Parts: sequence; C-alpha cells; structure tokens
Amino acid sequence: MNTFRIGGVHPHDNKQYSAHQPITECPLPEKAIIPLVQHIGAPSQPVVEKGQKVKVGELLAKAGGFVGANIHSPYSGTITKIDTTIDAWGMKMPAIFMDVEGDEWLPEIDRTPDVIRECRLEPKEIIDKVTAAGIVGLGGACFPTQVKLMPPPGKKAEVLIVNGVECEPYLTCDHQLMLEHGEELMIGIQILMRALGIEHAIIGIEKNKPDAIARMKELAQKSLGVEVKPLKLKYPQGGEKQLIDACIGRQVPSGALPIEVGAVVDNVATIYAVYEAVQKNKPLISRVMTVTGASVARPGNYSVRFGTPLTQVVDLAGGVPEDTGKIIGGGPMMGRAMNNIDMPTNKRVSGLLFLRESESRRVEPENCIRCAKCVTACPMGLEPYLLSKQAQMQMWDEMEQHDVMDCIDCGCCLFTCPSHRPLLDYIRMGKATVGGIIRARQAAQKK
Amino acid sequence: MKLILISLIVLGLTGLVAAVLLYLIAQKFRVEEDPRIDRVQEVLPGANCGGCGFAGCRALAEACVKADTLDGLLCPVGGAPTMEKVGAILGLAAAAADPKVAVVRCNGTCEARPRTSEYDGVKSCRIQHNLYVGETACPFGCLGCGDCVAACQFGALGMDPKTGLPVVDDEKCTACGKCVKACPRGIIELRKKGPKNRRVYVDCVNKDKGAIARKACMNACIGCGKCQKECGFDAITVENNVAYIDSEKCRLCRKCESACPTGAIHAINFPPRKPAEPAQTENKPAEAVQTKEAQA
Repeated sequence: MNTFRIGGVHPHDNKQYSAHQPITECPLPEKAIIPLVQHIGAPSQPVVEKGQKVKVGELLAKAGGFVGANIHSPYSGTITKIDTTIDAWGMKMPAIFMDVEGDEWLPEIDRTPDVIRECRLEPKEIIDKVTAAGIVGLGGACFPTQVKLMPPPGKKAEVLIVNGVECEPYLTCDHQLMLEHGEELMIGIQILMRALGIEHAIIGIEKNKPDAIARMKELAQKSLGVEVKPLKLKYPQGGEKQLIDACIGRQVPSGALPIEVGAVVDNVATIYAVYEAVQKNKPLISRVMTVTGASVARPGNYSVRFGTPLTQVVDLAGGVPEDTGKIIGGGPMMGRAMNNIDMPTNKRVSGLLFLRESESRRVEPENCIRCAKCVTACPMGLEPYLLSKQAQMQMWDEMEQHDVMDCIDCGCCLFTCPSHRPLLDYIRMGKATVGGIIRARQAAQKK
Repeated sequence: MKLILISLIVLGLTGLVAAVLLYLIAQKFRVEEDPRIDRVQEVLPGANCGGCGFAGCRALAEACVKADTLDGLLCPVGGAPTMEKVGAILGLAAAAADPKVAVVRCNGTCEARPRTSEYDGVKSCRIQHNLYVGETACPFGCLGCGDCVAACQFGALGMDPKTGLPVVDDEKCTACGKCVKACPRGIIELRKKGPKNRRVYVDCVNKDKGAIARKACMNACIGCGKCQKECGFDAITVENNVAYIDSEKCRLCRKCESACPTGAIHAINFPPRKPAEPAQTENKPAEAVQTKEAQA
C-alpha cells in the first residue's frame, strides 16, 4: 500500500465520534453575515447595495482579482448593511449583513435530487462555470479552483488526483460526503477531467475508511479512467505535495506548484461543488462541516450555508460542552483555537472541534535534546529545530536559505517533539515575516 | 652545548628574517585610517545598540569623521553632551537635538481591559500578534508578553505585574529605538523628553470607532475630538478615531488632559505628583485640580 516517502506522524484519528453520522441540513438563521474574505487572494468586491432584495444564488460580490472568488447569496432576504465584522480570532473583516426572509431560490438552479450524468460542455465553458460559481479548494487552503484548471503556458496536466484522504484527526465530513454523494463525485471527476483534457484520475483514500474505499471502487468500475488508491495511514497525507508523492510517486520541487509534475489535486468536497455548479447551476453557498469532540452531545456532519453563525451549528450539535478547554476551527493538527464562535461560517471552516480542558493544555517546554525527531517527522524535509531557533533569533535571511517557505504548517514537528518545544509557533511566525520580506523584494523588483 | 647554540642561531635568524618581511609587508599594505575615528569612538558610549542607524559605535564614528556637518548624526544614548565632544574633536558644531524617551502608548490595564481569552502559546508578542487579537478584545493594545523588555539593552523597560504593561525608566532609557522595532503593534513611540521630563501624550492607539474601542477597554481614546478643541496650539490631531499630540507643538498646558472624558491623555512628571513612577501615574481629577491651582 502506498504512502509518501518523507516524514509523517501517526496521531490517533479519533474519527469515531462523528463518523457515519448522516449529513444534516442546518436550519436557516434569521440574520446572516457573509464575509467577503473566504479564500486566498484579494477580498471580493460587493456588487449589491444596502436595502437590496436578493434570492438564493444571486451574486453578492465579485472576485477581487485573478486569484479570487465570487461570493453568492446563500439566503433570500434584504441586505441591511455592508460593514466589518469580527472573525474567529477577533480580527476585523469586511462582510455583508443580511436579514433572511423565506427561502426563495433563483429559478435556474436545479434543486431536484436527480443525478444528472450528461455533460457535453466544452472545457472553456466548464471553467467559466466553475469561475462564476466561486468555487475554492474546500480542503482547507481555499485556493480558487479555476486557477488550478488553467495551467500556465507550457505546462500540461497529466493526472487529476482526488483528495479523499482526510488525514486530519477527528474530521469526517469528506468521508461522509464520499459515502452519500459518491455518484455525483464520479460525475464531478469526469467533468474536471474533461476541463483539463486528461484521461486519468486517481482517488486517494486512507485505509481507515474501508467503506468509502469500497464504495468508490464500486463506482470507479463504471467510470472510465478513474482509479481508487487505498493509502497507508499517515499524517499529513492530505497535503497536496504528500498526496502526489503517495499516489504517483512524483515529488514536487521546492517552491513549485503541482502542475510542475503534471498533477492537479482537488478535494472531494471541491469536486462535489464543481458537480453542483456545472450540472445544477448551483453556486458554492454551503459546505459540509464536522462538529465533534469527546464531550459533544450530538457530534456529526452538518451541511451549513455560509453566513450562518457558528453558534447555531453548535446548538444543533448540543451546545458547548461544559468541560470545554479550547474550541478549534478545523482539525487538531492544522486548526487554530478560536476565541469567538459568534462568527459566521465560511468556505474555510471544515470543522469545529471541542477539546476538553484536560486535552487542551500545552505541556511546559523543555530544552532541545537534539534528538532530531522533528527532522525525521517533517514531511517537507526541513529542519524544524533549526528554523525555530532562527526565528527566535530573528535570522530571517538564514531562514529563507533553509527553505522556510516550504513549510506546510502541518505541525508534525510539534507533535513529535519529546521536549514539547513550540517549534511550529516560531516557524509560523518566521514564515510570515520571511514571506513579507520576499513580497516586498518582489514588489521592489517590479518597480 | 653545540646543539643549543645552533638552534638558537637558526631560530634567531628565522625570527629576524620574518620580522623584516613582516615590517616590509606592513609598510606596503598599510591601511590609511583617520586617527580621529579612534578618538571619536572613544567618546561614544560603546553600547553598539544601533540606535543611531549605523551598525555600531565604530560605524557612527566613521560617518561623523567623513561628514561635513553633524546634522542628522546623533548618538541617542549619549545625547547632546556626547555629540558636543565629538564636535570638539572634529571641529564641527554639534547639531542641537532634543533628548527623547520611549513612551508606551497603551493604558489597557488588567482592570480596564477585560480578558476574553487565555493565550496558551509561546510568550512572545510577535507570535501572539500573528495569531489573533490577543487576550483582550483590543486589536491594537499591548499584548503583555514583554518583547520590548527583552529587546532593551539598557534595562530601561520592565513589566508592571499589576497593570500587565511595560514601564519605561526615564533615567535609563536612551531612546535607541530597539523597543519601537520590537513591538509588533507599534505602541511604543520616541517622544521629546520635555523640560524636567514633563510630557503630555495620548495613552492609546486604538483606531476603532469610539463605541467598539470603549467596549474593549475603559481607558481607550474614543476619538471624540474634545482635546483638539481645547488645545490652543494646534498640537492635537484626531485621525482614524484616535487623537495624537505632536510633542513639537505641545506647550504642556494640560488642558487636554482635563478635557478627556476617558482619561486617555496622560500628563506625567508634573508637580505635585511624585515622579517615582513615570508613565504610570493615574489620572486622578482631584490631583489635576490641585496642580492647576499650584500653577495659577
């Protein structure tokens, strides 16, 4: 069975809490706040005005640039204001405020549960539809999908890799999506293969989801060119570069994009969104997210329209458990502790994890014993102990030379450190600083 | 005996040849250096803090010797007396410079700023600032991890455990600017030290609208502009919902201090207040009235 070559760790997957919970629709809120920054790239530019009535699926904001995404209205109602709101970490972000009235959809959106198999669109038309629907990578990075579908000149995509790994512990939304919407996923894959002009797709799934592997294999038999690859259990297999290595044995060079080795990687949730956009004219207005944790009353997978306050989703899952120490947005490895759950859901939020007080405490760090466990664990082949020290000493040039920009923030180093050193904290700070320096340099060169 | 003699002669001759060679090479490749550089370096404090903008004291000394005037060259640690000495050596007039001091522009004490979360990560303002708003709801205020204290080479900064804010020691602070660079939120500013260390400044940098700022911190500047109206010298500007007092224009009349409804403006080292705890004096109305009478 395949896996990636360098590094990796084995955290307990803890998926038992919410696994196999059917996807439940979250009820509509009375008031919604739709953030204008839900993706990597420039903030979207609002195209609606205060007091305007909108229907579900209407365009609210246009992409702010080539790397950007449209945002559509997940509700029908009236725009009350365009202002700033506070995100999960207390920082300000621009947003559109709405009063929700009823649930009236745009007529062109097909809301029937029928699976539409036929797709005779040209690649250009598919890409246009994906762009219009505002689809971004729902695996976590939220990189606009249409950018991936348009390889730069001279580069050719050879294989589509479908990310059904879900290596992040606790999260189960992708797993459930594969079980419930397998057929739609297959059609989505065919649409993307058509858009990219390729004949081969590989679905990578970790072996802790045997039912998903069986289901996808069964469907793949009827689907031309699609292959299911069960993968060994290892974190961070869902990382783009790790998954490419695990599936086709190619390593993406430092600083390059997957297209360099002929691969395009998309998450299953993204592919489902592509299916809905192309076949049903439904823009990206909702996603499946996992609410889980050892003490949560009703852990499960919830389909949530963007802009619903997280508190409403939490109430659906039985409220905040009393022994909660930390609330993590996303999974325990990559996610970040949040200090405000009044914030609205958006394309980025793949899960909400309630850690108990006893689980959430950090251990007091001790001295580095130079065991190099972090070096062994780093899936990007970096030296975390060195980078963290350099960040501490503010040696930005040296950090850049040691490829800090390759760090994928997976947290393997921190997870494996026997001295509980806060390696990732420092590296992330260094990466942000070095990234700023590089951008400033590039801007200066352009001038 | 013979052996000893031979070794002595051989070693002696080798030494002599080497000495002659070294002398000739030293003559040939001698580096001409202005002897004044050494003399200037001697009068500089030797802290190598980089506060002057050069790599160290030697670099500043070189720059001083090369320069035609001393304008723009200032050792913040030594201040005007040192620059006068430098001027005396070089025969140049030392530029007049007002002594400056670091001022922490946040008064978000533990009582004034309710905690909204608990930070569990590395004790570093820089990291905390990259992660989120901080332990309180104010996205502009002091994070209290003490990056500035760690950056200070002169022991002029310390954390006050009561308020959770850094305190500047006027006597020790040399205005080298290290703390200004270390603070990720840009709270610390170098301001004119003022006569008898008297300073008036706005103790807040919160750019949020008044209501939001006040909700996060009782001591926040709400940008109401009362101080601006009160000021007779045009020293106060209100921009982005926060007031700023230009220390060049301020005449230390302290009208703004009594006008401020949130107590965000601080006047320090004025009599009869004790100058023991600079930058931390409470804004007590009773005292303020007293000082007014004393002045009158």
